[in-house]
Order: sequence, then structure tokens, then C-alpha cells
Amino acid sequence: MTADEPLLAADTRAEGAFATLRRGLRMMPEFRRGLPVTFALALVATAGRVVVPIAVQQVIDRGLAGGSPDPSLVTRLVLLCALVVLLTAFAVFRMNVRLFRTTETALAGLRVRAFRHVHDLSVLHQQGERRGSLVSRVTSDVDQLSVFMQWGGVLGLISVGQLVVATVVMAFYSWQLTLLVLICFVPLGIAVRWFAKRLAAAYAIVRERVGDVLGAVAESVVGAPTVRAYGVGNRTAARLDAAIGRHYRAQVDAQKVTAAVFVSGEFVAALANAAVVVVGVLLGLGGEISAGTLVAFLFLVTLFVAPVQTASEVLNEAQNAIAGFRRVLDVIDTEPDVRDPAVADPGSVRELPFGPLGVRFDEVSFRYAPGAPKALDGVTLTIEPRRRVAIVGETGSGKTTFAKLVTRLMDPVEGRVLLGSDAAGWVPLDEVAFASLRSRVVMVPQDGFLFDATIAENVRYGRPGMTDAQVAVAFEELGLGAWVEGLSEGVGTAVGQRGESLSAGERQLVAVARAYVADPDLLVLDEATSAVDPATERRLTRALDTLTDGRTTLTIAHRLSTAERADEVLVVDGGRVVQRGTHAELVDADGPYAGLHASWRRSSAGEPEPAIG
Amino acid sequence: MTPRRDAVVRRGLRHVWRGIVEQPGMFTLAVLASSLYGAMTVASAWVIGEITDRVLLPSFADGATTAAALSLAAAAIVAVALLKIVGILGRRLFAGIMSYRLQADYRRRVTRQYLRLPLSWHQRHPTGQLLSNANSDVEASWFFVAPLPFAVGALVMIAITVVALFLTDPLIALVGLVVFPAVFAVNVFYSQVMSPRMQRAQQLRAEVSEIAHESFDAALVVKTLGREESETDRFRARAEELRDSLVAVGRVRGLFDPLMEALPSLGTLAVLLIGAARVADGSTAAGELVSIAYLFTLLALPIRAIGWVLADLPRALAGFDRVTPVLEATGETPYGSERAPAGTGGAAVGVEDVGFAFDGSTRPTLDGVTFDVPAGRTVAIVGPTGSGKSTLAGLLVRLVDPSDGHVLLDGVDLRRLREGEVSDRVAFVAQGTFLFDDTVRGNVTLGADIGDDEVWAALRVAAAAGFVPALPEGLDTRVGERGATLSGGQRQRLALARAIVRRPRLLVLDDATSAVDPSVESRILDALRSSDDPVTVVVVAYRQATIALADEVVWLEHGQVLARGTHDQLLAEVPGYAALVRAYSQAEVAA
Repeated sequence: MTADEPLLAADTRAEGAFATLRRGLRMMPEFRRGLPVTFALALVATAGRVVVPIAVQQVIDRGLAGGSPDPSLVTRLVLLCALVVLLTAFAVFRMNVRLFRTTETALAGLRVRAFRHVHDLSVLHQQGERRGSLVSRVTSDVDQLSVFMQWGGVLGLISVGQLVVATVVMAFYSWQLTLLVLICFVPLGIAVRWFAKRLAAAYAIVRERVGDVLGAVAESVVGAPTVRAYGVGNRTAARLDAAIGRHYRAQVDAQKVTAAVFVSGEFVAALANAAVVVVGVLLGLGGEISAGTLVAFLFLVTLFVAPVQTASEVLNEAQNAIAGFRRVLDVIDTEPDVRDPAVADPGSVRELPFGPLGVRFDEVSFRYAPGAPKALDGVTLTIEPRRRVAIVGETGSGKTTFAKLVTRLMDPVEGRVLLGSDAAGWVPLDEVAFASLRSRVVMVPQDGFLFDATIAENVRYGRPGMTDAQVAVAFEELGLGAWVEGLSEGVGTAVGQRGESLSAGERQLVAVARAYVADPDLLVLDEATSAVDPATERRLTRALDTLTDGRTTLTIAHRLSTAERADEVLVVDGGRVVQRGTHAELVDADGPYAGLHASWRRSSAGEPEPAIG
Repeated sequence: MTPRRDAVVRRGLRHVWRGIVEQPGMFTLAVLASSLYGAMTVASAWVIGEITDRVLLPSFADGATTAAALSLAAAAIVAVALLKIVGILGRRLFAGIMSYRLQADYRRRVTRQYLRLPLSWHQRHPTGQLLSNANSDVEASWFFVAPLPFAVGALVMIAITVVALFLTDPLIALVGLVVFPAVFAVNVFYSQVMSPRMQRAQQLRAEVSEIAHESFDAALVVKTLGREESETDRFRARAEELRDSLVAVGRVRGLFDPLMEALPSLGTLAVLLIGAARVADGSTAAGELVSIAYLFTLLALPIRAIGWVLADLPRALAGFDRVTPVLEATGETPYGSERAPAGTGGAAVGVEDVGFAFDGSTRPTLDGVTFDVPAGRTVAIVGPTGSGKSTLAGLLVRLVDPSDGHVLLDGVDLRRLREGEVSDRVAFVAQGTFLFDDTVRGNVTLGADIGDDEVWAALRVAAAAGFVPALPEGLDTRVGERGATLSGGQRQRLALARAIVRRPRLLVLDDATSAVDPSVESRILDALRSSDDPVTVVVVAYRQATIALADEVVWLEHGQVLARGTHDQLLAEVPGYAALVRAYSQAEVAA
């Protein structure tokens, strides 16, 4: 499997948490907006957090000391304290709201930016099976960050502030004892890195086990017919139990590490307290501090310890959140392999010439990865405008590569692809602005993906702004008027998720209409291989005839009838064009085409040539 | 408070009780550990007080101290801290184990149901939903358990505090009676205001994810039509809705946190205000007042644990509400008590007047289907899309039961056979090949005791003996999740070998060779038919070459058998059949 292989080029970088944060902050300018006010509020909040317990302490010491309280003094002190408490609460509230707003705004911006960028990455269409992990980068990874900000981030931020304030106040009381407390916490500070590593490792195992459980559950759901047909329910149950058990044990192990990390702060705090008592008394005897100072200091140590514990609690979540953050940033940092010249180099950008477009390959080679064999090897050819060309060849011969290069889904490793005509001139594809290219060159992929919307909306995707009536006219022109009117709601019929309410053939009809309204000058068709019922097949053939009429058409042909009807057939083998000519010329000539043809005839078991064609 | 909100709290508490009842041991241990933690929290304050009175102040007063006194003080602090640590460790570990055990347990129960419930139940539920029922929904159901013992410990501490307050001074106790219910009320209010907002955020998260999935799946269409920007706009609109809903969640949470921190502080101050007057008129001693004030501050954290549990309950209930229907679903496949007639080689298949309708569908998928397949013969089922071919194939292997009529194996209705009888004799290869995340061998044997020789023999018949040795570890190569490392044709051939290795008496192939080269497919079928004691084969087929190999063809249209006969007969006599078969041939890969 390719699970541990990096998905994107940028994934391979080794980077510390702080480097990730810096990189992230650079990419999220929204984050810095209004930060001074938020920080001012945070200051009030942290100060309040320290002042409130001290104020309460003061009321007890000053107002109640000696057994004869002074009610008026107590009243005044209590009211003052209540004011501080309320002020602090309000400051925390305002700070929280501001922080949530800025972080959510920044994260939404990051999410949208990453989404846009993914569409530029070739991994999206080259490695279809890895789309899921790209989706998770703009969904769960960002969600995790957002959850962390809402639950742990604010807490962590205040804790750090409280830590600083407590330290300053402690130093004000006694620098010697402050030093002592800090020294006690030094080993913890050093150990934090180690703890973080242990935590990360423990939770990495948990995540892996979660994946196993997911896989096992998926088997029991997706494989339900197989499990039943073979009566292997018990075996599947045993596998599920094993995966669930392993996940449980990993969770318990991780919990042990988490608990150990959490209590280490508690332990160090006790050591610090004990040390302060012992050293404090000794200092006191030396006349350095008073008894009151020492008692107050013991109280302050607890204010110092609490945020340390909180921080260790937040640490683990922070690790996960930062790992997710890194994955999102890596998406944005990955250079697209095909760039829009209008963006990359606006100075030299060109438009495609008006009129019909031909295709020219000039010594074009392509390989999918460095070191991989060439998928296309030094191909040179010219296809005249308005020709209908069928490209045939075995699986892996390079015919799909051909289509991807013409539509500039990829760029050749060597040579150039040009579009145009002898009359209007030839323009190198990599100098054509995407806006110009996409409006003139349209590809109908093998799986003509449909969105979960109506037929009209799916067709409109090819030309935004069309009315339903115009869409209906387009179907009429393609000879599909009767078909579309026969549907429950005509062009307003919803197609369901991925078009699943329609049959595979009907989905192709909609995809053809979508390409038709886009009105391209060059059409690249990747023919579907799936079987289609005869009625739909006839409609599709007619619609394709109308669609391709008068346009330069490159069809990656899987059907013999397509090759037969084409003006010209290109036979691709081993990354080279090995034969070129009409069907009639090639079928009797020596070469692979005769073999392909014979193979087709074998599969139809010697039946007469199909009637359609 | 509306009745609906009221119900959330009541149902929530019942759900909490369910968790406690299912894991009483771990729960008790965790509560005990929490109590130890609580006691030691109080003790740590008491120790500091004692040290101040007995060690610090005398030392400063006398200007001298003893090593013994100092080390005793230090030892006391550390000892209490160690006990507290034991309490924390116990609480976290036991509460964790309790939560994880509940999760694991419910996952087992849910997946048992998946394996037990009939296929018709599976067909009614989307895959994604079943996956999240077993995973995230179960997790959400028991997530609140982690802070539960802490919260229960807090309740005990509050009860003790209130009693102590009344014993000390009933008037001061009234403060406690105001503050603690207020804290509780704020918590309840919070969870109620929060839960619809959280649900909305969760819903929007799912929608954002759906758009991303759809848009990325549509990558080729988006790119080749140059619609990246409009897709981004579509995504942005939903992402911004999510952002707004998360800010709304944050606003509530942002208010709740400082409120929960301020309430105990205000309570302490109220205690002091009233207490000062009571001390002045001599009703209460100053020392008692100080300890009460201190108790209030100590309770602030544990009270928040109650809030954590309450805040998570709506999510837990929502998750559990999705899990419950799976656990309560009924509809087991009933098995009979008979054994199938003994025998080797092919089994005779009878389909008598079979009808089948999917739940909720008015039109039957199959209607009065009757045909038989004599032992050892090969029958092809041919028909246009939606004619009911796959349903018929599923009936033959008893993935589903017919609504009307009978399916017979060697003359016995499948429903009268005991469990395991059908799967021992009948092998089925489905349209979408399914491989387990296991080795090649494991996928062929499915854990049955089958020797490598037999595995290889089956691989040879399935035309898989060519590529398996070329895999990195031969038979021991793991094929990845659902066979992801193999090509479609390779997966199909392994699935065929899995069927063949069992030496079934009936083999049902539902378009199981679509990704295999036609000539290879013919070889496979020939091998199956040409043995001395041939297996009965029912094949749902598209290719002419496959169909032509069958002894007989059953022509299915709109769920009915419209014609039967040899391929040549049907070609000559049934116009629809001829048109369809030719259209499929046309659709064949030219390459």
C-alpha cells in the first residue's frame, strides 16, 4: 500500500512545532487583525486570575484576622473584590469571543485557500484513490485545529500568561525562593519534549489502530454479500474483535502515558512546596524574609503550578492539532506542476487563435515519475482542424497520456504541444491562459462525473448562466429531447449523488450535453468502457455525432465502431504512434490494428458485424 | 424550560446510568480514586495550614528550628502529594478504561448486528452511515464517561460541604444553597443552549466535507471546464457558514467559562460578607469562616467536571440515538434444520414461480420467475439493465429470500436448510469484487483449512496463477484494503479462485469476469465445465463469447423470464435479445 508514502512533495519536510506555527501565521493574515486589543484583554484576564485569589486572601487576613472582624472594612473589601471578579469575567468573555472570531475566520480562509489549491494539484486526477486524504486536509485537519482552538488553545494561552504573571509576583516577594521554584520545574521543562514524543508515539499507535478498526468495520459492511455467501461471519467477527481489542489496548496504553505526564507536574509542585518551606524557614532565620512573606509565597506557588498542569494537559491536543496544521499548510506549499501562465507569467500570456483548432505534437515525451518508463516517447504529429480522430491501443499504451497532454492536465517532460492551424498560426499550449484554453478545449472524461443537482444544473456547468429552457433546447439539438422529457421532471430532474439515479449510459448523455453547451473548438473524448443498454447506446451515438460535428475531435476509443467512424485512426503502442490511417486502410495492413480488430471479433464470438455504425 | 429540553436532561441522566450499570467495577474504582483525590486536595491545604502554625511561625518566633521539624514538614507535603497522585492516576486510568471498554463493547455489539442482520437490511442503509454508527457514533456515545467519576466525586464533595455548612452556621449555609444550584443551573442552561449550536456546526462540517468530496471527485470535469473558481465559491459559502456557526458556539462557550470561574469566587465573597457579621456578633468563629471560604474555592474545579459531563451529554445522546436502531434492529435470516442431499459434482437448481420486491417498492423486481438448471449444466442469465439479474443471482445463493415462490437446491428449498449448508455448497462471485485486507492465500481460503496445492490449482483455473508468483511475496502478499494493490482483473480472478477452491456444487457468477480478457474468461469457463464431474454454473453475462458457452440462456426482462433456449435459438427468435447482445458486443473494448 501507499499509505505511508507522502501524498505531496511538501509532506517530506521535517519541521518543528514552532516552525509550523510561524509558517501558518504567515499564511493567515486574518489572524493578526485586532490582535492588540485581544492581547490587552488577555492581560486584564490573566491579571484578574492572579488578583482574585489574592484579594480573597486579603479579605480573610485583614478583615477577619485576630477574631474581631471590622464589618465595614470587610464590606468595602468584598465589594472591591466582587468588582475585580466581574471585571475579570467580562475581560475573559470578550477575549474569548474575539479569539474565537479571529481564529475561525483565519481557519475558514485557510480551508478555502487549501481547497482552491488542491484543484491545481495533479495528484487529484493522477491518483484518484488518494482523493480521500486530500479531502481530509480541508476538512478534518482544519476541524481538529478549530476544535483545539475552542477547547485547548484559549486555555493554554491564558495559562502561559498566568505563568508569567505569577512568576513576576513571586519574584517581587522573594527572588531567592522564585529561583528555587523555577529550578524545581527545570527538569519538567526538559522532560516536556520527551513527554511530547511519548505522547505523540502513543497516540500515533491509537490512530493506526483506529484505522484498522475502520478497515475491519468497512469489510463487514461493504463485504456483507461476500461474508454471507461464504458463511465466514465468524471469521469476520473474530477479525473485528481482534481489531477492536487492539484499539482498546492502545487507548489504555496512551491513557497511561497521559496520566503519567499529568501527575509529573503535581509531583514537581509538591517538591517545590516542600523546598520552599525548608529553604524559606532557613532564609527567614537568616533574616532574609518574614513569616508573612513565606506564607504568601506558599500561596503564590499554587498559582504558578495550576497553569503548568493545564499546559501539560493541552500539550497532547496541541501535538495533534499542529500535525494537522502542517498537513494543511503542506497542501498550500506544494507547487502545482501545471501552472496557469496568466498567473505565473502574465507578461507572455497568449490567446488561442480564432477558428477551428488543430493539434501539433513536437517531439513530445512524458513520464509519470522520474525514472519511470516513458508513457509517450518522442511523438511528433499534426492533426488538422476539424478532423475526427480515434486513438486506439492496449491498456498502458499511452493513449490516455495523449489526451491529458492535449488538455494540459500535465505538461510534457520533453517537447511541446501546440494548438492552432497553419492558417492562424500555432501557439504553444503552456503559453495559453487557462481561461482561453478551458473555453476552447473541452474534455469529456470516461466517467462523466455528475454533481448532486438537477440535469439542467449539471449541463449548465459547461456554460454558466443558461436558462432551463436553453438547456432543454440543447438536448433537443442533440436528439435527446424525447429522452429528457421522458424523465420525471424533465431537465429539472435531480440526478442524485454522483448521478446515481441515472444509469451509466444516461450519465454519459448528460456529460455529452454539458460538453455541447460549452461549445469547444477542440473536443477530447475518453470513451466509457461500461456496457450500456441498446436504446441509450443509440441515443449516445447520435448525440456524439452532433457534438463532434465540425469540431476537431480526439477520441480515446474503446469501441470498434468509434474507430470505424473516425476520419482517421491513430494506433498507439509503447508510447509511440505506430500506425495512422483510416479504419479501412489499417484493418488489412500489417500491424497492431489488425490484431486489435481480431481480438474484438473473437470476443463477439464470430457474430456478424454489428448493425449500428 | 420547555418539555423537550427537560427530556434531554432526563434522557441524559438515564444514559449516564446505563454506562455506570455496564461498567460498575471500573466506575467504583474511579469514583474511589476521585474521592481520594478530593480528600487529598483538602488535606494538602490542611497540611500547609498545620505547617504554618506548627513549624513556620514557631521557627520565626524562636529564631531557630530543628532539622527534624523541617524534614517532617517536607515529608508531609510530599506524602499528601503522592496520595493525591495515586488518586489522579486511578481516576484517569479507571475512567479511561471504563470509557474505552464501553466503546469497544458497543463496537462489538454493533458490528455483530452488521454480520447478523440480513442483506436486505444492509441495502436499506447507506454504507457511510453504517461506518459512522460503528465508529464516531459509538465514540460520541461514551465520550462523557472520562470526566464522569470526577463529577460524581464532586457531587459527593458538595453534599459533604453543604452538611458541614449547616452544622457550622445555617445562615452561611444559605449562600451555599444559592451558589451550588446556581452553578448547576448555569451548567444545564449551557448544555441546552449549546447543543443545537453544536449540532448545527456538526451538520455544517459534514456539508463542507461533502462538497470537498464531490468537488475533488469531479476534478477532471472541474479542471477541463475551467470551473475551479466557481467550485471554490461554492466551498467558500459553506465554509463561511461553518465559521459563523463555530463563532456562535464560541460565543456561548466564551461566556460560560468565565461565568463558571466567577461564581465560586462570588460565593466565597458572599460567605465572607455574611460571615464577618456573624463573627462580629459571635455566632461563628473566625477560623471556621476561613475554612468554609477555603472549601468554596476548592470546589470550583470539581464542580466544573459536572459541567463537562453535562456539556457532552447532548452529543452523547445524539450519537447513542443513531446507534440504538442498529442494536435494536431485528430480522434475522431464519434457518431450517435439514441437510442438503449428499452428492458430488453439480447440484440441480430449481427456481419456482419466484417473486421479489424491495422494501417500499411497489413494482416487483422479479415476478413469477421459473426455470431449472439440471446438475452440471451452465446457464446464462441475460437481460437489459434493471431486469433483475443481480437480484436473481442473490436469491440463488440465499443472500436474500424471495417474496413469493421457492428456490431449490437438489430439490430442497434453501430456507429449509440449516445454517452453513448453502454456503458450503454454493459459491458466489459478486459484480463488485470484494477482497479482504489479507494475504492472497487468506483471500482464497477465507480461513478454511485448504492446502497450498489446492490454492494453486484454483488459481490456475481462475487464470491467476500467472500474476500471483510475480507479486512481492507470492501467496503471502497482502492485497491491501479491498485489494487496492491489485488491478480490477486481478481482483476478479482472485475472487473466482476463492469460489473455485471450495469445489462448490453450484457456482453463481454475477458479471464476475467483466475486467478479465474475453479469451481468458472463455478459458476459465471451459475449465469449469470440462471436468468429469462438472459444477453447475449460473452466470449473469454480457459478452457474446460467455453467453455462447452456456448450455442454455434465460432471457430476463422487467423481472420476468420472456424466453429460454440456446444462444442461437434466442438470437433467431427474440429480436430484443439479438439487439441487446449486439449492443453489448459493440460496447466491448476494442483493445
